Amino acid sequence: MNRKPDYLAHAVLLLGVVIFIFPLWVAFAGATQSAAAINRGDISLIPRLAGLKIFITAFGFGNAAKGGVPVWHMLLVSLGMALVIAIGKIVISALSAFAIAFFRFPFRMIAFWLIFITLMLPVEVRIIPTYAVMSDFHLINSFTGLTMPLIASATATLLFRQVFLAIPDELVEAAKLDGAGPMRFFFDILLPVSAPNLAALFVILFVYGWNQYLWPLLVATNGKLDPIVLGIVQMITTDQIPQWNLVMAATILAIIPPVLVVVAMQRWFIGGLTEVDK
Amino acid sequence: MATLELQSLQKTFGATTVLHGIDLALADGEMLVIVGASGCGKSTLLRLVAGLESPSAGRILLDGADITDRDPSRRDIAMVFQNYALYPHMSVFDNMGYGLKLKGLDRATIKSKIEIAAETLGLTPLLARKPRELSGGQRQRVAMGRAIVREPKLFLFDEPLSNLDAKLRVQVRADIRKLQKRLNITSLYVTHDQVEAMTLADRLIVMHQGRAAQIATPIEVFDKPATMYVASFIGEPAMNFCAATITQNGRAAKLDAGPELTFTAGPRTAPDGTKITLGIRAQHATIASGPNSIPLAVEFAEPLGSETLLHGTLPNTTPFTLRVTSPAPTDHTIPIEIPPHHIHVFDPTTGTRMDPA
Repeated sequence: MNRKPDYLAHAVLLLGVVIFIFPLWVAFAGATQSAAAINRGDISLIPRLAGLKIFITAFGFGNAAKGGVPVWHMLLVSLGMALVIAIGKIVISALSAFAIAFFRFPFRMIAFWLIFITLMLPVEVRIIPTYAVMSDFHLINSFTGLTMPLIASATATLLFRQVFLAIPDELVEAAKLDGAGPMRFFFDILLPVSAPNLAALFVILFVYGWNQYLWPLLVATNGKLDPIVLGIVQMITTDQIPQWNLVMAATILAIIPPVLVVVAMQRWFIGGLTEVDK
Repeated sequence: MATLELQSLQKTFGATTVLHGIDLALADGEMLVIVGASGCGKSTLLRLVAGLESPSAGRILLDGADITDRDPSRRDIAMVFQNYALYPHMSVFDNMGYGLKLKGLDRATIKSKIEIAAETLGLTPLLARKPRELSGGQRQRVAMGRAIVREPKLFLFDEPLSNLDAKLRVQVRADIRKLQKRLNITSLYVTHDQVEAMTLADRLIVMHQGRAAQIATPIEVFDKPATMYVASFIGEPAMNFCAATITQNGRAAKLDAGPELTFTAGPRTAPDGTKITLGIRAQHATIASGPNSIPLAVEFAEPLGSETLLHGTLPNTTPFTLRVTSPAPTDHTIPIEIPPHHIHVFDPTTGTRMDPA
């Protein structure tokens, strides 16, 4: 390895950082300025310190057209939705991957392929039939209807299956000799050993759940279940001139929870994607 | 503290028969080593006893009780795995205590059992560590510890030394033997390493293609190998084989390479003219010029310090290895003699040993 600092690499890296940060910075700086200034088109890139309290007021900001549900409520809906989707997906896919990877039962491979081909049918493709089913179950405008169709996940099942297949047979056998039954093995050995992958998957799925737009748009019609992503879009598609400073503040607020999750689990996240030593 | 008996144990995977009926009886406290090349069925045999596979036919009796269909955890056995199979997320203490915890023992009992086992194995200072913080030798000892805390009737070892470096292997080998002797636990030990097999075993079972080629003490296996396979597998370097023909009414054999050797142990029952194979170990042939000597064309020498291996061919192109302890001659051709009392006689078609009637 070259011990001299690699200036070119750092320059490229910095350029990347600037490109990624710039829109966020515009939103942050813009939020602190007056709506009128933004509408005139002269957003200063220097935030106004006096305008920082917008991030507090934004919590209470609501879209009158959709019943005035405030931003803090949308954030809570998003948080609940992201958590339920992430945890639900992990529970279901870990269990189904456990069955597929460790047990020999009739139609095992058929079950596996059935799960596998759902990869080709994401929510966007099956949205009409899914909506029909939810409607028949009277789950429109319910939290269950919002989250359940997004939970079943082939991707996570496949990932867990690969992780579980990498577990040495001898570890399974040692647990068998120690007297661990299947579920005990699952909780005592398998889940702890797969913890880094679990964390990585949680991060990915949390962000996935947080960013859901199309499905909530269909299912949440009365505003009470609007997640923040949906709320922000509706803020700028009103008949009046959008209050850009509040919209930008809400956007910044909407970014914070997923960023916190990523930062908090970053070490595990990277470990889960790169670790090979089991 | 138990006896183990295997009665015509068979295992087939689909159309492939891996074990063709193994009969075996272990006395209380006996260490029996299963040795063989890879694919001979030795690991399958161990896994059948452990209950990790179920036999296609036959019975397994531990202390007289039929455990053939019993769950692995209820067989009263402990196993040391090749890669140790320690639980990576648990401390050494928890690794050793996991089985006891599942058995429903109370904390205080588990703790005292682990402390005793840890003391025996010198693991006491390591109890709080995770497996990844241990060296290979230490991991191996933890795996041993996990086996002994369970106070099993039977120990199973699946090539437990193959992941250690050569020097450590010799030491751990001795440690395992000492421990097994002191605890006096009946043990089955699988290895492909003949030195390990010879040094550890009370008795050996040499496996070949799913059959027990020979079950005997290490010395018996070395001195009286039951088949040509055993003869070539046990002993380093491998035994030399020379084609020969029975003569003098079964009292002697004429080597294709030259001289005629009189059997010292007694005549063989086969008629004159029967083709046989004579086996002679490298260290038993001597350098000597006499009426019965054969010229050995030396191709290359392997000096090992205390001895030298001379590889060459006999006049009829049979390859032959000679071990000499004195300074090795540098000649291209040296005269060798085969002492008749050191020869092993085999039937070349079946490979089995032909003993005097």
